[in-house]
Amino acid sequence: MATLEEILEGKSICICAGSGGVGKTTTSAAIAAGMAARGKKVAVLTIDPARRLADSLGLPELGNTERQVDPVLFTEAGTDPGEGELWAMMLDAKATFDEVVREHAPDEETRDRILDNRIYQQISNALAGSQEYMAMEKLFEIHSDERYDLLVLDTPPSRNALDFLDAPRRLTQFIEGRSLQIFMKPTGLGMRVLGRGTSVVFSVLKRITGLDLIQDLSEFFNAMSGMVGGFQERAKRVNELLAAEESTFLVVCGPAGEPIGEAVYFHRKLAEADLPFGGVIVNKVHTAGRGETDPEADPSLRSDLEVLTGDADLAGRLADNFEDYRALADRDARNIAKLKREMRSKTVIEVPYLTDDVHDLRGLFTINGYLFGED
Amino acid sequence: MRAEAGPDRPAARIPPIGDLYDKRIVFVTGKGGVGKTTVSLALGLAAAARGKRTIVCEVASQESASRVFGRGEIGFHETELRENLFAISIDPDHSMREYLELQLPVKAMSDLLYRSKIFSYLAAATPGLREMVTIGKIWELALDKRKAKGALPYDLVIVDAPATGHGIGLMQTPQNFAEIARVGPMAHQAGTINKAITNHRQAGAVIVALPEEMPVNESAQLEAELLDSVGIAIDGIFMNGLYPERFTDAELERIAELRQGDHPTAVLAALEAAGDEAGRARSQREQLARLRELTRTEVGVLPFIFEPTLGVEQLEQLAAEL
Repeated sequence: MATLEEILEGKSICICAGSGGVGKTTTSAAIAAGMAARGKKVAVLTIDPARRLADSLGLPELGNTERQVDPVLFTEAGTDPGEGELWAMMLDAKATFDEVVREHAPDEETRDRILDNRIYQQISNALAGSQEYMAMEKLFEIHSDERYDLLVLDTPPSRNALDFLDAPRRLTQFIEGRSLQIFMKPTGLGMRVLGRGTSVVFSVLKRITGLDLIQDLSEFFNAMSGMVGGFQERAKRVNELLAAEESTFLVVCGPAGEPIGEAVYFHRKLAEADLPFGGVIVNKVHTAGRGETDPEADPSLRSDLEVLTGDADLAGRLADNFEDYRALADRDARNIAKLKREMRSKTVIEVPYLTDDVHDLRGLFTINGYLFGED
Repeated sequence: MRAEAGPDRPAARIPPIGDLYDKRIVFVTGKGGVGKTTVSLALGLAAAARGKRTIVCEVASQESASRVFGRGEIGFHETELRENLFAISIDPDHSMREYLELQLPVKAMSDLLYRSKIFSYLAAATPGLREMVTIGKIWELALDKRKAKGALPYDLVIVDAPATGHGIGLMQTPQNFAEIARVGPMAHQAGTINKAITNHRQAGAVIVALPEEMPVNESAQLEAELLDSVGIAIDGIFMNGLYPERFTDAELERIAELRQGDHPTAVLAALEAAGDEAGRARSQREQLARLRELTRTEVGVLPFIFEPTLGVEQLEQLAAEL
């Protein structure tokens, strides 16, 4: 099994994927800090940082551009980053989408027409996949600048792994409006609906929803038509970048049955899509009492504890507590063993369930002890 | 439960949790991974035990209810899990189809529309339409006179809502939709639904949190948005997965001392586990105090369940706490 440092050797992009609530943001930040401490220039792109984490990185105003973490904080945490730098930013999907439009729009009038369009606002704000798409977009933009050795992307949480991989493609297809062009023809003034069936659909939809979509859609596609090529080209290059040798995907999950199942599924989907897979990081693993015999099957434990403490009640609670912990540790060990079988030779890294929340650089380095396998 | 509101803290203007079971619609929301599904099902069990005809709605096709209750996929069918407790998995496609069937007098026409490629394209492009038909179905389930053919009404509809951002999006949809579409049956309905879910006697939301930094922060923001932007009542915040405090400070000191000694490995491991539990229980209580400090609603507590997997038995244990 390769170590995390070996996995990241020579990589310029590391994408942390996984469902919500598994500690993905913290893991992404820890990886970035760990590589910065190893002398790399690293930027972490996050979606939703813990307030206290952002504060302690000295980044109260984490916005849509990168900010550098004060090197003094590394020294305070007992590390010398040398040439290393840690930068962080929080993605704003809507703002990024607006930036893309501003950049690609041929003129100011087109730009404003798009930004004011109701369909555009729906897409950029809420349409499933826009956050994922914009995360990729930002990643690509920063990567093109070649200012960093490594970019770590903390992806938006998704219940379904497919969402994340499909979203950019679906969104681009939507913007291209290819399926719509079969039914509509752009004219000088707007759009002409082709075929009687189509006009029925429009009129029924208008009747039900009360929205005159023809107007909004024709506006939108007219305005976007000059930009479609740019979007397509960009999407193609993003996909090439993700599939390239210099990228790696890490799956972050928790130790319970469901998250482990999701990690296995995600791994399979990445393989199917020919995307480079680095390994799995299992967070919040219960380790207390792992590998110990069942206290129920070991009656001497209770009596040993009783003799030791001289308190039957306390001994009973100690044994009960141990039993509860051991049951969770056993469950986690079973799930992780299953995960390792599925992953074959791929790396599986375990991070124990820590008593305290991580809220500063020092905490991130504690996690790094497990991630990077240090002492 | 919570200590009385201090002088500088806004007084709790939220009804006590007991009222929750007298509502018609309750949305269960919170950060990803906090146990929304578990709390939804436990609330469902608790309501059913009180004799309420209850349905739990999943809106993200997760099929958790079918898994926990050991059944085949439920899908878009109102399925009885046990006496008074039903479940359904609501997806926009089926909701749209049902909506079209109810709106259009001729079935052939709704079929044609539903199968039309351009329709599905436009439906995806229409601002909020997918969320609108989803919440429309939720609302339909809670009607005294159901629109779906031969369907019986429910006393309580519990929605296992999406995580924070998307959950708020879902609840705000009727309001937004009513604003952008001023005419037509759906705009009219959007207004009706918005009135229903912001009626504090009929509907409310429950926030699920975990005793950790981020879920606590997010719960506080969520509460503010639900109250101020959505205008929905909050029927309770539940701190989920709280570890018990099993040892007194004096005992912990003794345990720490004993850990220095030479013991069989199992004994040592048991002492370590006690220290671990105490540390976590303490840090969790700090987070519980923070949550109570940061929010206006009463915060209830659900214990951590020390079981490898959650089944019906564990849900009933939680239901008893609710």
